[in-house]
Amino acid sequence: MAKHRLLAMFKDFDDAIECIEEIKAGKLTGKEIDDITVLSPIEHPDIDEILGPRPINIQKFTFVGAIFGCTFGFFFLSAAQASFLVQPQGGKAVVPFPTNFVLMYEMLIFFAVWTTVITFLFLAGLLRKRGSLYSEKLTVDEIGLMVEIDEHQLENSRSFFKDNKSLEIREEKA
Amino acid sequence: MSQVIQDKVIDENLKWSKINHDLIRTMETPGKMWWTAVLVCVAMVACAVAAEIYQYKYGLGSVGLNNPHMWDMYIATFVFWIGMSHAGTLLSAILHIIHAQWRKPIYRFAEAMTTFSLMTAGFFPMIHLGRVWNLYWVLPYVSDRGIWPNFRSPLVWDAFAISTYLSASALFLVIGMIPDMAVLRDHTKGWRKKVYGLMALGWRGDDRQWRNFRRTYMLMACFLIPLAISVHSIVSSDFAMSIMPGWHITSFPPYFVAGALYSGCAAIMTLFVVLRYFYRWEDYMTKNIMEKTCKLTFAIAMVWTYLNLIEFSSVWYGHNVYDKELLIDKATGPYAAVFWTMIICGMVAPFGLVFQSWRRHMPTMFVMSIVLQISMFTERWMIVAPTLSMSHAPHQWDILWGSVIEWAIVFGSFGWFSLLFLLFCKFLPAISTYEVKELCFHLKHEIEEEKREAEQKAKNTSAAGSQQPVSGSPGLEGA
Repeated sequence: MAKHRLLAMFKDFDDAIECIEEIKAGKLTGKEIDDITVLSPIEHPDIDEILGPRPINIQKFTFVGAIFGCTFGFFFLSAAQASFLVQPQGGKAVVPFPTNFVLMYEMLIFFAVWTTVITFLFLAGLLRKRGSLYSEKLTVDEIGLMVEIDEHQLENSRSFFKDNKSLEIREEKA
Repeated sequence: MSQVIQDKVIDENLKWSKINHDLIRTMETPGKMWWTAVLVCVAMVACAVAAEIYQYKYGLGSVGLNNPHMWDMYIATFVFWIGMSHAGTLLSAILHIIHAQWRKPIYRFAEAMTTFSLMTAGFFPMIHLGRVWNLYWVLPYVSDRGIWPNFRSPLVWDAFAISTYLSASALFLVIGMIPDMAVLRDHTKGWRKKVYGLMALGWRGDDRQWRNFRRTYMLMACFLIPLAISVHSIVSSDFAMSIMPGWHITSFPPYFVAGALYSGCAAIMTLFVVLRYFYRWEDYMTKNIMEKTCKLTFAIAMVWTYLNLIEFSSVWYGHNVYDKELLIDKATGPYAAVFWTMIICGMVAPFGLVFQSWRRHMPTMFVMSIVLQISMFTERWMIVAPTLSMSHAPHQWDILWGSVIEWAIVFGSFGWFSLLFLLFCKFLPAISTYEVKELCFHLKHEIEEEKREAEQKAKNTSAAGSQQPVSGSPGLEGA
């Protein structure tokens, strides 16, 4: 069955939250809170309470990046120092940990920051191909609720959002 | 009046569409004033380029850089610009982590300042190398001859630390601008729409994007703070790891960090007044925010003063003859004028920030910020020059004030920084619209909440009052 996406626009967070509460209460047939995407010009401070817990995994990648940076830093510096043939210490490999620590620390941060940014691009769904359903008012002051529904629920959903103070409803085929 | 209303830094009733409009308005076709400023900056940069060409052709010796004055002006200016870069970290990262809401309308330009001052600072080690074409020797690449940079040298640490700091602070700036790029994408036309569309990276403002954005921003802020501290500590190691009098000081790293934050705050004050005046951003860069910035600057100025006094007293009571001699020479010798300028502008002048009427008067604050920056520049000069002039070997003693070539390059660096900043203000969002909107949103709710509480309290009091027994009638105390 053909799927449709609906974007209902609201005047402010209060109206949008009221509508979300209605969906939570099962007033929009077949839809649960996890099917809803909230679009807004700012992040609502209590959005986690409203939508329920949704995972954020960036910090795990940051941690891996930091560990990699630190380890890579140590091995890179050690390898360089081991092959530093013209060192004044008579050709012996010298791997001084206290001074290398400074550079390992810098590399830890360097890799952690880059890993965080690259992970963010993927996990936030940026650069991903999406439908064209959008409203420029979302970067001004209106709040949007987006939901994907089956064709036969279309009329029902439209009237649900209209009843819940939606200012405008936009839709596209998924 | 309630505390929330008294402390509020911005009008909570600002329309969100107005915030967008006020940002876009400043990015429209540049006017005569902007072009004039750009031309002045280009002329300043041209001076520096001409001076560098001369230095490149005739060598460092021709501009007066020779033993013992091999560092001098270039490194003093390098430290100055690195210090300036701490402004963004302070306002963006540190104040973000401690949830200081007042930073929101002004942190973006401070972040930009960080990136641009690092881009300016980065030139100086290259210029001071003399043989610029050998710059790549600093890079740790696999060489057939088995030669690597000396990883035990603070100068190599510098290269690592500054490049890490530059890339991290640039990423921090770019990531923080993504939601604003979406605002510009949605409300501009023509080539701007296309460019901002690319830079917005497909931002729609959905809850998943916001959640990940917040976490990313917080994580980056957490890394940027130790990074910024390490950068200036490492810069201080360039000096402190040597055994030269006046440099071999344990308290140099915190002293450098405090100086960096101090000069960063002073620079924020300067740009605050300039942007407020030229872009008519009185709604965002309010007097209350200036007051808070001034208080922060004053606190940092006192830390810097304290560290200076610690340094003087430890030298004085340490009885190291070379260090003590140098300290006396700084205060009474050929560099005395610079030394006392640093003391008066950096330690005494900040007391002007104590007066509320001064803090709320923009022209006064502009002058004050310039005075503080002069003190910071002279501080860096006083770190570098006297030690080189009056070191261990008296036969090498020499006084140097920098040649015309050096001054031209320093002058040009200010032009370069200003040019980057002018371009930034014209093409990228210098205020963060989503953070200002958030600030208004929170403030509005806090005020409403407080009003509700006050009404409830009043109701309770009147209800309690009506239940009180009439005087003379039997009470309910015993009930």
